This record gives sequence, C-alpha cells and structure tokens, in this order.
Amino acid sequence: MRPAGYFRWAAAGAFALTLGLSSCFTERQNEGAQLYAAHCASCHGDQGQGLERLIPGVAAADYVAQHRDELPCIVRKGLNGPLVVNGVEYNQVMPGHEDLTDSQITNLLNFLQTNWGNQNQPYTIREASDLLGRCNGSDGQ
Amino acid sequence: MIIRLFLRRAGLLAAGTVTGLSLLLAGCSPSSADHQQPDRLPVLGFKAAAPTSPGDTLPDPIPAFRLTDQMGQPVTNQTFAGKVYVTDFFFATCPSICPKMQSELLRVYRAFEDNPNVLFLSHTIDPAHDSIPVLRDYAERLGIQDAARWHFATAPHDTIFALARAYMTGAEVDRTVQGGFAHSGTFALVDSHRRVRGVYDGMVKEEVDRLIEELPLLLREEAAAQPTAAR
Repeated sequence: MRPAGYFRWAAAGAFALTLGLSSCFTERQNEGAQLYAAHCASCHGDQGQGLERLIPGVAAADYVAQHRDELPCIVRKGLNGPLVVNGVEYNQVMPGHEDLTDSQITNLLNFLQTNWGNQNQPYTIREASDLLGRCNGSDGQ
Repeated sequence: MIIRLFLRRAGLLAAGTVTGLSLLLAGCSPSSADHQQPDRLPVLGFKAAAPTSPGDTLPDPIPAFRLTDQMGQPVTNQTFAGKVYVTDFFFATCPSICPKMQSELLRVYRAFEDNPNVLFLSHTIDPAHDSIPVLRDYAERLGIQDAARWHFATAPHDTIFALARAYMTGAEVDRTVQGGFAHSGTFALVDSHRRVRGVYDGMVKEEVDRLIEELPLLLREEAAAQPTAAR
C-alpha cells in the first residue's frame, strides 16, 4: 500500500464528516443558500438585510420581484449606477460573477426569490439561460 | 494481509475523522467560554528605530500624519489627543470585504456612540477615486452625518500605505483582485500615546466582539492615568 493511499482514506473520512456536520455551520443546505453566503453575503448581509443606505437589501425587496427578468444578467455582469429599492436610492458598484454557471445563478436566484420575505416565481435553468442570453451572459451550463 | 490492511485503513480513517470532528466541534462551541480577559492590553507594533536606551523596547508609536476627512477638514495626531480610536482601511467602491468590515465597525461605533473619548478613523486606500465628496456621501449613506466621531480620511497613497503598516494592516495595489487593491480587514485600537493596543479581524464577528469587550479596559487605563480629568 502506497502512502498516498492512507492520505486518501484519511481525507475521505474527514470529508465525509464535514458533509455530515455541515449543519453546525449552515442553516440551509441547498446550493442557492451556500452560493449566497459565498458570493453575496459580504455586501448584501447574511440575512439579505443590506447595509444602511449604502448597499440595498435583497430581503423583502420590491426590486427582486419587479426586476425578475433582469436579475440573472445583474448577477452575471454586475451593476453600476443609481437604483431604487423599497423607496431608497442606492448608488454603489456591484461586481459581476463570470465564475458562476447558469445553473448556479438559477439556484442562487431561486433561493432569493423564495426566501426572506420574497415570494416570487422561481426560474427554470432554461429560463435563466434565456434571460442570460440577453446580455451574452449564458455559459450553457 | 487483507485484514491487516483493512485495520490500518480503518485506523487512519478513524484518525482522520477524530481530527475532523474535534476541529468541527470546536467551531460549534462558544469561543469565549475559556476566554480570560486581560487586566491590561499589550502594546503592539514593530520596532524599526534604534533603541535609545537598554530599556527602550516598546514598538514605534504611530508616526505623525496629516489627512483630510469627509468634511474637508485636516485630521492629524492632535485630532485624537487624549482619546482612543479605532482605525481601518477601506475604499468606497470595494466589492469584497469592505461592506462587511464597515458594518462591523458601525457595530463598534454604535456600542460606544455615547462616549466622546472613543473616535473612529477609516482611511481610503483609493484616494484617486475617493474624493472628499465621495467620502462624505459614503459616510452619510452609512449613517454618519458628520465627522465629529468618525473620520473618513484621504491622503496620498504613500502616506496611507505607510500608515497601514504602522496600524498592522496589510494594504497594497493589486490589479489581480476585484477592485484593484488587496487589503486586510484589520481594526487597530490605538491609545492616547499613539500606541497600538489591539488588532482585530474586522471580518470575524467574534473578533469584533473582543474589541467591544477590550475597549473599556483601555478607557479605564486612560482614565486612571488622568485622575483629574472629567469622566
């Protein structure tokens, strides 16, 4: 047995356990929530609350419902310039996310559209890919 | 042979899982359970200047500086005379750690909002973009209406980066990262003698909690050193 084999087993054990105990760290286990935590929470807040008048919240946000068709491209390409959310004007730079696949953007937005006071229609991956096509932002995955 | 191999594998598997388990469970337990609060905060920093005597072992104090804040007013060491302050480094268009970091600093600000002896100083590391009106807009949007307690300050790049080192924060130009600047989310707590008395990771809630816990220790020390001063 080569030493590399031992490492594989030890790593596999630790990994299996990480998966098993991940409920210690995350309240939700679906991909959308995890993507939100990894890519969005630092600015938009760990509960989607935003930051004062600097960064708009995404929880119970009229913008999320009213701009449903634009959100996939906003996540993909980012945003620059003023916008109004729940009656408050914001003006910050949001970076784009070329590193996410179409299906990841779908899961992320479906998490937002159905949580934290948002009760909007989720996207199918195909629909999100079509919407991403508007900004040449679909990677077809 | 096969059984022995299996046992060795099982042993390693168990070792791997036990290690993983202890690490994971440590993350679940409250971190402050065995946390002993010190009586007096240490003096932190680097000593670049040659010692003036064998007993001169303290780190160098924060150098003299002259910045401009969001109201267009100068900010110097004198601005913080007789006070303690918390400082960090950010830039207005920072898409990565700044919003989280500034929301944590806002939490500290609110915890000491009623104490005029605690001031705040945020340095922009992007002075080319963050003009005085930009800083003022940023501060107001964060809920800071004037610079009486929290200065959002700018200065030439070299000045800011040298100060970042003095405050034990990493900050440098890096075109490979989003926003164009690499910097850490460190908060430094500075006493009235320009000495760094604590550094805290502004991205970690527990670290910021520790700052909120430790800051009164420094205030008590400062008050004891000036027994006649009004509280």
